[in-house]
Amino acid sequence: MLAEFLQFLFSGITVGATYALAALGFTLIYNASHVINFAQGEFIMLGGMLAVLFAQMGLPLPAVLLLAILVPAIVGVLVEKLAIEPVKGAETVTLIIITIGASLVIRGLIQVWLGKNTFSLPAFSGDEPIHVLGATLLPQSLWVLGITALVVVALWYFFNRTLQGKAMLATSVNRLAAELVGINTSWVLFMSFAMSAALGALGGILITPITMTSYDVGIMLGLKGFVAAVVGGLGNGLGAVVGGLLVGILEAMGAGYISSAYKDAIPFVLILLILFFMPRGLFGGKSTDRV
Amino acid sequence: MNKRIYYGLYGLIVILLVLPFVVPNNFYLDLAVRMAINAIIVIGLNLLIGFAGQISLGHAGFLGIGAYASAVLPMHFGWHPVTAMLTGALASALLAALVAKPIFKLKGHYLAMATLGLGIIINIALRNEAQWTGGPDGMPVMPMALFGFEIGSDRQWYWVVAALLVLTVWGSLNLIDSPFGRALRALHGSEVASQVVGVNVARYKVSIFVLSAFSASIMGSISAHYIGFISPNFADFFHSIELVTMVVIGGMASVYGSIVGAVLLTALPQALATFEGWETVAFGAILMLCMIFMPRGLVPTLAARFSKGDDK
Amino acid sequence: MSLLEVKDLSIHFGGVKAVQNVSFSIDSGIVYSVIGPNGAGKTTLFNLITGVYTPTSGEIRLDGEIIQGKSPDELARRGMARTFQNLQICMNMSAIENVMVGAHLRLDRNLFKAMLRLPALKRRDEALREEAAGLMEFVGLGEYVGARADAMSYGALKRLEIARALAMKPRLIFLDEPAAGLNPKETQEVDHLVRKVADSGITVVLVEHDMKMVMNLSDRILVLDYGRRLAEGTGQEVRANPDVIAAYLGTHA
Ligand SMILES: Nc1ncnc2c1ncn2[C@@H]1O[C@H](COP(=O)(O)OP(=O)(O)OP(=O)(O)O)[C@@H](O)[C@H]1O
Ligand SMILES: [Mg+2]
Repeated sequence: MLAEFLQFLFSGITVGATYALAALGFTLIYNASHVINFAQGEFIMLGGMLAVLFAQMGLPLPAVLLLAILVPAIVGVLVEKLAIEPVKGAETVTLIIITIGASLVIRGLIQVWLGKNTFSLPAFSGDEPIHVLGATLLPQSLWVLGITALVVVALWYFFNRTLQGKAMLATSVNRLAAELVGINTSWVLFMSFAMSAALGALGGILITPITMTSYDVGIMLGLKGFVAAVVGGLGNGLGAVVGGLLVGILEAMGAGYISSAYKDAIPFVLILLILFFMPRGLFGGKSTDRV
Repeated sequence: MNKRIYYGLYGLIVILLVLPFVVPNNFYLDLAVRMAINAIIVIGLNLLIGFAGQISLGHAGFLGIGAYASAVLPMHFGWHPVTAMLTGALASALLAALVAKPIFKLKGHYLAMATLGLGIIINIALRNEAQWTGGPDGMPVMPMALFGFEIGSDRQWYWVVAALLVLTVWGSLNLIDSPFGRALRALHGSEVASQVVGVNVARYKVSIFVLSAFSASIMGSISAHYIGFISPNFADFFHSIELVTMVVIGGMASVYGSIVGAVLLTALPQALATFEGWETVAFGAILMLCMIFMPRGLVPTLAARFSKGDDK
Repeated sequence: MSLLEVKDLSIHFGGVKAVQNVSFSIDSGIVYSVIGPNGAGKTTLFNLITGVYTPTSGEIRLDGEIIQGKSPDELARRGMARTFQNLQICMNMSAIENVMVGAHLRLDRNLFKAMLRLPALKRRDEALREEAAGLMEFVGLGEYVGARADAMSYGALKRLEIARALAMKPRLIFLDEPAAGLNPKETQEVDHLVRKVADSGITVVLVEHDMKMVMNLSDRILVLDYGRRLAEGTGQEVRANPDVIAAYLGTHA
């Protein structure tokens, strides 16, 4: 009983960590621009696929990691510069459609380039499972959780202790005021796209040794990341992390105890329920639209 | 004053009447039928996206409900195809109302998310309930019969769908230029302004969402009967995006634009068939380029160009 | 009984107390002005009364009936109309359609009848178009009857909002800075227009920074400062009030 429960919990927090990274990505961009970046999932896919590619080329792990984060970050910046900047201030519908377009382009290009196969990446430190109270834990899960925790702490430090981070926060609260005090808001936009693409890619790399990857995993992972962001109250960083873990755990529990066939439906049932009953998410504050 | 907007409808009727006699072979007739079916769906979706300013990323889910109602109910339960079709459409409308009521109190992103989630859940259910739906492989659909009269040939379908298209265009043009339609456009233009003149914003959004879900469901049923076979791909996310692309490229808030968008993007896969795999890239690029350089879409942009001068 | 009674009305946005314990009442048929420096809470007060914001505390009564917390469309049904300081024009519609949408509640809004273009509905709509054109004439926009909203000047759009509000046939109209950003000639015209509206029997509540216009039009004036009621009374009373003088002239007094 306990062993089974622990097993589901382990797999839940492991994928949950990926959702959390994706959710943080959504949150960063949302705060900087009020854009919901529907291409976020493609950065997860890009991270995983590029890591596989670079690993197959024989590069050492640190180089693989670095490149598979850097390239998606550049793609993220390109998306921002080429597709988001030119339509500044457009309607929500327009922005949603543009980011969906970007996501299709990225996915399509990868499909044409690397094909439709499923790829795997060797685990960072072997596949010898660790036994905990009758459940098994993959060493890769520890990598996922450890690195995610590090990233969360680093982000916290960045936003609360550095000038650049505070500038980004200030912009999210009041863009005009931020511009008036001399913050370069287009730099903020640039940074938030680069960072959120990098976060997504990192999640994608970390999880690939466990779940494998292919050109089309981005949509689902991205959407679940978005669910996590909304669960946590769109725009709330801590909420995004908690939301990610929660979505991951509920999905694993649902798959284990209820129906594995409906595993992918669980986050969406969750989001519908949350939107019905707590429209601002678990951690969202109340605000009144100004007229 | 707005009489001119109906001229397009007369033009459409003429084209639809002549078309079956000038197409070289059945391949083009089949293409025309699928274009018309898409056009009807896209007009309904455009009422929601273009006129009311709300987005649905799960519309293929409603197509799927209609299509599978028409496939499953007659096959497994011996229902009459028309009853099955209407049941599917009512189920779609009900589901749309159920989801939309709480969601429409929220802003754009949340609706996008909720509709997307709904579409995905529907799709997963269709894939998983294999004993009814045939799972990922899909299932055959029995032919449509009306008053004991079986609609079988492409040509028969053509006339049915053409008539529906004309009715849809006419009904939509009427709707837009009516108190209901004005309220719908007003809440898009300024939600708070429409509220203070008495528009119950949530109710209008729900109504139009339900209407477009109903129409999508009916057209899903018709597609299923027409093709004679249905698979979950018909109800997947990509198909939803395809429909949104048709709205966007043809022109948001343009009924005729929807027809143009449907015609172009139904033909596109044929044109791209030789470039296996580039379809997704092409769709994505069209979406982005369209939104950046021609945000109003083809028809409104061209119309504005031609009618410059007599507007002022 | 007054037409509108406001008692101890407050709203807070986080730490900002935009309106604090404001009370006043407005009799039917008068021109009532709300004045105060920038950020005093005038627009917020309008938003509270017209249902756009929900008050943190306090009471609003229309005809003696409690209305706070009701939605703007319900209040529209009870005869409240308003314009916006920051233009809220539907740029996706023509000018005259913007006015026609003001008559929303007076029309048959049935979806199916609309789709079938029933003759009765159509005739009513044609009549409304005439009426809307008349209203545009009334507010001085006769030349724009055939125009698109996005082709109109700022000053014209301000009046278009008034025409839209009038199309509701309201009992009570709230005008939020109708003359802001207008040149002296246009301001003069808006002054006359407000007079005409008041003379037609509609109770007018006005927010305006142009003191000449306020003093000229108002039967009574409410002065707000930092969200609080500073003074209330006739133009003369308010002008003589030392608090008002201090607030308006500050240390120069
Ligand atoms: N939705 C809101 N959220 C947060 N603060 C708000 C909101 N609406 C108004 N405020 C604040 O309430 C205060 C009063 O604003 P309001 O717009 O009512 O002033 P006003 O008297 O209309 O000023 P002006 O003459 O400049 O129009 C301001 O400090 C404003 O920033
Ligand atoms: Mg104001």
